[in-house]
Amino acid sequence: MMFAPAPFLLKDTSVSQVMTQVCLALIPGIAAYIWLVGPAIVFQLAIASLAAIAAEAFMLKLRGKPLAMFLSDGSAIVTAWLIALTFPPLAPWWLVVTGTLFAILIAKHLYGGLGQNPFNPAMVAFAACIVSFPALMSQWPSIGLQMPLTDQLSVILGQLPRIDALSGATPLDSLKTALKLGDSQIDVAHLLANQDIYGNFAGRGWEWVAAGYLFGGLWLWQRKLITWHSPVAFLGAIVLLSGALWLYQPASFANPLFHLFSGGTMLGAFFIITDPVSGCTTPRGKLIFGFGAGLLAYVIRVFGGYPDGVAFAVLLMNLSAPLIDQLTQPRIFGMKGNQP
Amino acid sequence: MTRDELATIARNGLWKQNTSLGQVLGLCPLLAVTTNMVNGVMLSLATIIVMALANVAVASLRNLIPHEIRIPVFILIVAALVTVVDLLFNANLHELYVVLGIFIPLIVTNCIVLARVEAFAAKNPPLNSTMDGVFMGLGMLWTLAVLGAMREFISSGTLLGGIDMVFPALSPIQVLPESYPGFLLGLLPPGAFILLGCMIAWKNWMDARAAERAKRQAPPVAPPAAPAEALG
Repeated sequence: MMFAPAPFLLKDTSVSQVMTQVCLALIPGIAAYIWLVGPAIVFQLAIASLAAIAAEAFMLKLRGKPLAMFLSDGSAIVTAWLIALTFPPLAPWWLVVTGTLFAILIAKHLYGGLGQNPFNPAMVAFAACIVSFPALMSQWPSIGLQMPLTDQLSVILGQLPRIDALSGATPLDSLKTALKLGDSQIDVAHLLANQDIYGNFAGRGWEWVAAGYLFGGLWLWQRKLITWHSPVAFLGAIVLLSGALWLYQPASFANPLFHLFSGGTMLGAFFIITDPVSGCTTPRGKLIFGFGAGLLAYVIRVFGGYPDGVAFAVLLMNLSAPLIDQLTQPRIFGMKGNQP
Repeated sequence: MTRDELATIARNGLWKQNTSLGQVLGLCPLLAVTTNMVNGVMLSLATIIVMALANVAVASLRNLIPHEIRIPVFILIVAALVTVVDLLFNANLHELYVVLGIFIPLIVTNCIVLARVEAFAAKNPPLNSTMDGVFMGLGMLWTLAVLGAMREFISSGTLLGGIDMVFPALSPIQVLPESYPGFLLGLLPPGAFILLGCMIAWKNWMDARAAERAKRQAPPVAPPAAPAEALG
């Protein structure tokens, strides 16, 4: 599977190499995550990976495809990791498993497997679960909740009751709630400065996870596994829109830095909209894709009812990716226009 | 009507040209009311009544209706029948009537009804047409029942929810434990689409297998007749 049309001047990269490097690039973000909310996330990653491999093997067998070749390509693992990282870290185990099975069985294999899926499987899983289990999907642990690992595991396995103390709101969520409830005296700058779930420029600590994803994403770019187009367009759109609204009314809109480093912005920018299968493939197409996803993500996040808008924005842009690709065919060298 | 004709009509209605799986008609009520099995079955029953009566009326009048204005005439007949069914539901099964809501009056615009009237009843004698209406409706009934049962099971872990609206003595069956969190997607339209897609795939797979078997048993076989007309 290749990422670009001919000419193939670069060295061939196998899918499994790419997927391994994507997983490696996720490590800094995961490390920050572990430091922040504890090692339970590793357990979630493991559950998701196991479920993904089992589902992948089952579907490959059902479809009569070679098992070893497709299982070792690692694409299921990347999907599983993205799901585990976008779901709340203390979500019950069956939620992660349901999401992963939905992603692999329905979003990936029913459309024809690797390379054929029009939608990003991890985002389909997120969307399916957030519309099905809205309460569980918005229970993010309060930062600074010192919980021993064994307790975290029992919460995930459902042996301990899901007490309210372990569910804080994400920075995006609590900002939205505060603005909705608040009278005219509430202003964002004040909120950001005074409440203890906000850190220096985003949620307390969450900005480090985002920074980890940013670091991993830059590494992917340096390895030439992703191009700069879609992340830059995506982040650019968010900065533009949030900046404009912030300048217009700083009291009711958070600053661009907050939006860049909270929610799924960084993970989305480098690991989700850069998906070579469900995204655009032409350079101009990637710019449009990223920009559209950024605009939609901001609009859904700020004005919509869901905690974050990245997943829905990506799915909506996935829908339009084939059209964008068709409209942005590059000019063939030596030809006028793109018709031979 | 010969036995063969009846068998063909039954096979077409129940399986081959199944309204939901073969012709893929009437998706709007299908998606909207199959949130549980009882709703799906009751709407199908209403549709069966309308279809059987509409078919017999149109088939009896088929030589009197001018060809140019046949569609408005068909719609008038169907609308009159739907009004009767609507009033019947309202009077006798009022709770269910509230649940099914707009979808009972909307049977008028259900393309299955018009499709059968136009494609079958306008060209066939009354008895055949009645049976066609009944069997097409039965085909719709079993698909909606299966789809409704699956959606209900996935979304809440029960079966026969709402049965007390039809038979007050009965109550829904809790299949999964009470702690089942409920996969809400089954209840939402996307879940209905996904499950309907799976059912259509299952039908196509069964058909392909049957065709394969038939080919193996009797090699020189005439090509099957082209699939029947479909109206939107």
